[in-house]
Amino acid sequence: MDRTLVAWVEDKPGVLNRVASLFRQRAFNIESLTVGHTQEPGVSRMTIVVDGERTDTEKVVQNLYKLVNVIKVEDVTEEPNVMRDLALIKVGASNGTRSEVMQIVETFRARVVDVGLETLTVEVTGTAEKINGLVEVLQPFGVAEMVRTGRVAMTRG
Amino acid sequence: MRRTGAQIVWEMLKREDVEVVFGIPGGAIMHTYHPRQDYGVHHVLMRHEQAAGHAADGYARVSGRVGVAMATSGPGATNLVTGIATAAIDSSPMVCITGQVHTSLIGSDAFQETDITGVTLPITKHNYLVTDVGELADTIREAFYVARSGRPGPVLVDLPKDVQIAETDFVPPTDGLELPGYHPQERGDAELVSRAADLVNEAEHPVVLAGQGVLMSGATDLLRRFVEKTQTPVTLTLLGKGGFPESHPLALGMMGMHGEAFVNRAIQEADLLLAFGMRFDDRVTGTLETYAPDARKVHVDLDPAELNKIVEVDVPIEGDLRRVLEQLLPLVDPADRQLWLEQIEDWRGETERRDVLNRAENGRLTGPQVVDAIYRQTGGEAIVVTDVGQHQMWAAQYYSLDHPRRLVTSGGLGTMGFGLPAAIGAQVAAPDREVWAVVGDGGFQMTLHELATAIQEDLPVRIAVCNNGYLGMVRQWQEMFYGGRYESTQLLNPDFVKLAEAYGVRGWRAGDPEEARVAVAEARAHPGPALIEFQVVQEGEEGNVYPMVPAGAALHDMIRRPVKQAA
Repeated sequence: MDRTLVAWVEDKPGVLNRVASLFRQRAFNIESLTVGHTQEPGVSRMTIVVDGERTDTEKVVQNLYKLVNVIKVEDVTEEPNVMRDLALIKVGASNGTRSEVMQIVETFRARVVDVGLETLTVEVTGTAEKINGLVEVLQPFGVAEMVRTGRVAMTRG
Repeated sequence: MRRTGAQIVWEMLKREDVEVVFGIPGGAIMHTYHPRQDYGVHHVLMRHEQAAGHAADGYARVSGRVGVAMATSGPGATNLVTGIATAAIDSSPMVCITGQVHTSLIGSDAFQETDITGVTLPITKHNYLVTDVGELADTIREAFYVARSGRPGPVLVDLPKDVQIAETDFVPPTDGLELPGYHPQERGDAELVSRAADLVNEAEHPVVLAGQGVLMSGATDLLRRFVEKTQTPVTLTLLGKGGFPESHPLALGMMGMHGEAFVNRAIQEADLLLAFGMRFDDRVTGTLETYAPDARKVHVDLDPAELNKIVEVDVPIEGDLRRVLEQLLPLVDPADRQLWLEQIEDWRGETERRDVLNRAENGRLTGPQVVDAIYRQTGGEAIVVTDVGQHQMWAAQYYSLDHPRRLVTSGGLGTMGFGLPAAIGAQVAAPDREVWAVVGDGGFQMTLHELATAIQEDLPVRIAVCNNGYLGMVRQWQEMFYGGRYESTQLLNPDFVKLAEAYGVRGWRAGDPEEARVAVAEARAHPGPALIEFQVVQEGEEGNVYPMVPAGAALHDMIRRPVKQAA
């Protein structure tokens, strides 16, 4: 099972490199890593999804703390939380299938953000499972291109 | 006051009480070198930047202060890498200052440009590329703080040429450092300490495994009080030597691959292991499946990432060993463990008889006899700096220590070439103390150019070259485990005495135990640097390090010293 870690880090040059280098150096297996600004200037926030089967999450946390620029690390997997992934999916849509695709998009509460002659580009936000589900049903129409942001997470309350 | 970046470097080094820097100037750092004399900081000009790294490391290990190395960009900086990696794995506090190309040229593959902060990322505790002279003072201060606090380690500060040249208003920083994520924990968790105390009080066969953490936290006296109160025998890691007096009745000696068999047996049969400031290196545990199977384990370490890393323990305590022992001492009961201590003495049994030093001399010279000659004549009071290989293990086995910071050796990385430059650093740190570099013929030739540094700096380092004409430890493995095929380990060596004399170093040669004793005495009486080439037994039983845990074997499954019938 995967585990979700949230790390607050100083927004300094090279900090992403330090974290990535640590994972490589210690042979930690990670599924995804996202990084972005927070409400606090100078502090960035990383959401790190670890393959909990192959990598000891506790060791990841302890080793992250060895980095001088890492301020705080929390394993939020067991906490009540909100976890979201965002995906852009370019799916084939001819005159004959366009309405069917639009219907699926609506069912998944996704949005069409671009319309081409032969394609629709769909934006979807949600849990990894929801996005996987949408991709699965869109597959028969031909997924030409897809990009996912990786997970971001926040505890509730 | 207006100061250039170069001046700020020295302003800050002075404020960190730096007395000496080891290094080599070059195009991208010469601007920083230029004002050095105005600040009265001594510079030791090395012959290779790797040696500058090892010298700063040796200085740090003997003095307990931060060692400083300086080098230019590109090849100067990359030559430091082995020195940095050696210091990192042995937790030695060091600050390396490297020159870098002009900020406008960074990333352009400029002349002598290397991304040294990228290169050293995994082998430094932290590193910095300074791009604004306004941040230089704080960065250097932070670098020293990070290097020496918590689990010490090397920190690198990379200085582009224009930052060294730029002027700014220098205000000595006085406010606190801004390190929101860096808070080394000193005191141990009270509940865990109390659980550890319970285990100590319940144990019948406890053993302390003392590592370098004892030395680094200054816990030697507390450790002695703790084990005297609880009557717990103490074994040492290689880097832990000096953390507990080896002449003490509770001292068992070194553990691990080349520790004595009875010591490893005591660990294997213990019901409680107290691991103090050590990290269960594979060289001390043997195979983990059979490691101390009946023992409960308490592990105290400053670095939480070391806890449960190799060996799962019952009580992991994050904290500074000295503070944790202060907490632990009042909670443990005075104990009498006479039966356990007698049992260990019983296991010690024939160890003495097996010892090569207790055999009749046969005219051949062995490594243990070399170390023993130095040990006896220096009364165990010298600082011994080793290279890496067989002689290193003989030095660890036969140079007993009663005081901390007297053995300097590359434990974790096993860096050949470490010995001579580290001895130079050690001698600079302790100018009035006798320093012996015990090296092999293989490792010595990796950094022997530093003889020139010893002469130029007038450092009376004594160098004992154990010359067996081989890369001896590899040859020993080939003899024992590779059917005696000595693949690429035989060395055609120069005349080390002539070589020494070419550098202006007085040289001696010794080929038997009596010559060895005389040479040690004469080298000790000589005022300048001295080198003795000891021609030791090349192979076979007298040329090998015993005892030994073969790779992948259990800790108690040792190859003992062969017992010779009295001739």
